[in-house]
Amino acid sequence: MTEILFAIFIFTLAAFLGFELISKVPPTLHTPLMSGSNAISGVTIIGALVVAGESGSPLLTILGVLALILATINVVGGFLVTDRMLRMFKKRD
Amino acid sequence: MESIIQTAYLLASVSFIVAIKMLGSPKTARTGNLLGAAGMFLGIIATLLHREVVRYEWIAAGLAVGTGLGAWMALSVQMTAMPQMVAILNGFGGAASALVAIAEAERILLSTSSEAAYFTLSTIGLSVLIGAVTFSGSFIAFAKLQELITGRPITFPLHHYQSLILLIASIVGTIGYTLGGGTLLLYGLSAAAFLLGLWIALPVGGADMPVIVSFLNSLSGLAAAATGFVLNNYLLIISGTLVGASGLILTQIMSKAMNRSLWSVLFSAVGKSSATGTTQDKNIRSTTAEDVALMLSYAREVVIVPGYGMAVAQAQHAVKKLMDALTVKDVRVRFAIHPVAGRMPGHMNVLLAEADIPYEHLYEMEQINPDFPQVDTVLVIGANDVVNPAARKDTSSPLYGMPILDVDKAKTVIVLKRSMNPGFAGVENELFYQQNTYMLFGDARQSIEAITQALKNM
Repeated sequence: MTEILFAIFIFTLAAFLGFELISKVPPTLHTPLMSGSNAISGVTIIGALVVAGESGSPLLTILGVLALILATINVVGGFLVTDRMLRMFKKRD
Repeated sequence: MESIIQTAYLLASVSFIVAIKMLGSPKTARTGNLLGAAGMFLGIIATLLHREVVRYEWIAAGLAVGTGLGAWMALSVQMTAMPQMVAILNGFGGAASALVAIAEAERILLSTSSEAAYFTLSTIGLSVLIGAVTFSGSFIAFAKLQELITGRPITFPLHHYQSLILLIASIVGTIGYTLGGGTLLLYGLSAAAFLLGLWIALPVGGADMPVIVSFLNSLSGLAAAATGFVLNNYLLIISGTLVGASGLILTQIMSKAMNRSLWSVLFSAVGKSSATGTTQDKNIRSTTAEDVALMLSYAREVVIVPGYGMAVAQAQHAVKKLMDALTVKDVRVRFAIHPVAGRMPGHMNVLLAEADIPYEHLYEMEQINPDFPQVDTVLVIGANDVVNPAARKDTSSPLYGMPILDVDKAKTVIVLKRSMNPGFAGVENELFYQQNTYMLFGDARQSIEAITQALKNM
């Protein structure tokens, strides 16, 4: 039970932190912020790695590898495309 | 070993927090993104040390395939196609979270040792629910933006009641699964949630798109956070929640820019109400590229209003050349950017940046609106609903109350448009029939190139 409460505790604090972090972002950065944070949401890759790598049933492995591929596309594609965009913004200063 | 992994997760969490913070400021954004990538790398390496991870061949294969596809997509995508790129990546993230949760459900089924706690079951249900909605919703957003299906609102009879029923079915399914209903119920609820995602995204068109794209972004974060609860992994909880919260803020900014609540975007379609006013008897004045060049060259100041049409025509580089040609003739050029111009938050800013148009020339709606009465010429490039005066005047219009760019107050307005079709909201735009408005029909890029050519020939 304490473990659950602790997880909810962390969730609540992270939510407040998230709202505080993004309070004033210029419109120019809306897209990079979205695609960058989108890449971060691919953190579910960590769960996928465990499922794909453990010695489970074939069904678990299939689910895990599928999740792993999708999450990896999310992470790699997200960070790379954000960098591509931000490189363009950089050029002029 | 466990403490090394947890320390790495802590460092990764901190790097994500700092990364999101840095993404909010132009000077630090690029470093922030790289820091986020570094944190992710650290998290992945640490996970490979996990004692349950014993087989690496499938991991290597999955990582290789995902990296190859992800890198190919990121490096080959056109800047104009960025909204659909973000949408599809969102969808993949949501699907991955749902699949991990389903795998966890199957594992619980296999382990006969102990009954899973209600809390774990409920988070599995939530993770599948949110993940499935994110996946199918993002997929439809992608298909619409990629023009695989029509970008106009698609609705069924009593559409929003159906959506509500699907929402309730998903929630009831989650509760049922939590109370020990078995995995069949889990698959049932994932099907309902999948349909719910479709039902939410299908009616969305045009200016609602930035709202739904940022909302799905938020959901993909929440899906990851829910998976974090399933696995009791604090890194997933923290980073997923951060993304969920920041995505919600962006969604709020977008909804405010349209003067609509998120609920009304999700559960009531725009454009279904009848197009207001009969306009058959009104006249439009169409013009030629040469005339436009003449009007622009005599102006002291020109304000350019870009919209989705500029993105579709890939006209941003042509716009930059036009701006240069006007600057040579001592005409001041500014850009007026509506918050929901385009199909995702900041869409126009990305395109203009790609074309090397300096940031100082871009003005937000609140900054530039008071200036329009003094502006000689406004050039509207493929924007429609965000310059529709009906939003200010016509209480019966579906757009009523949405803050718009007051271009109709300028001395002369030139509208570049493909044809006389109404905007995505399906609403007539009386701006086109105004005394001081000239229409130039055709592909935006070709039109602008023709104007630039005519300017140079003068």
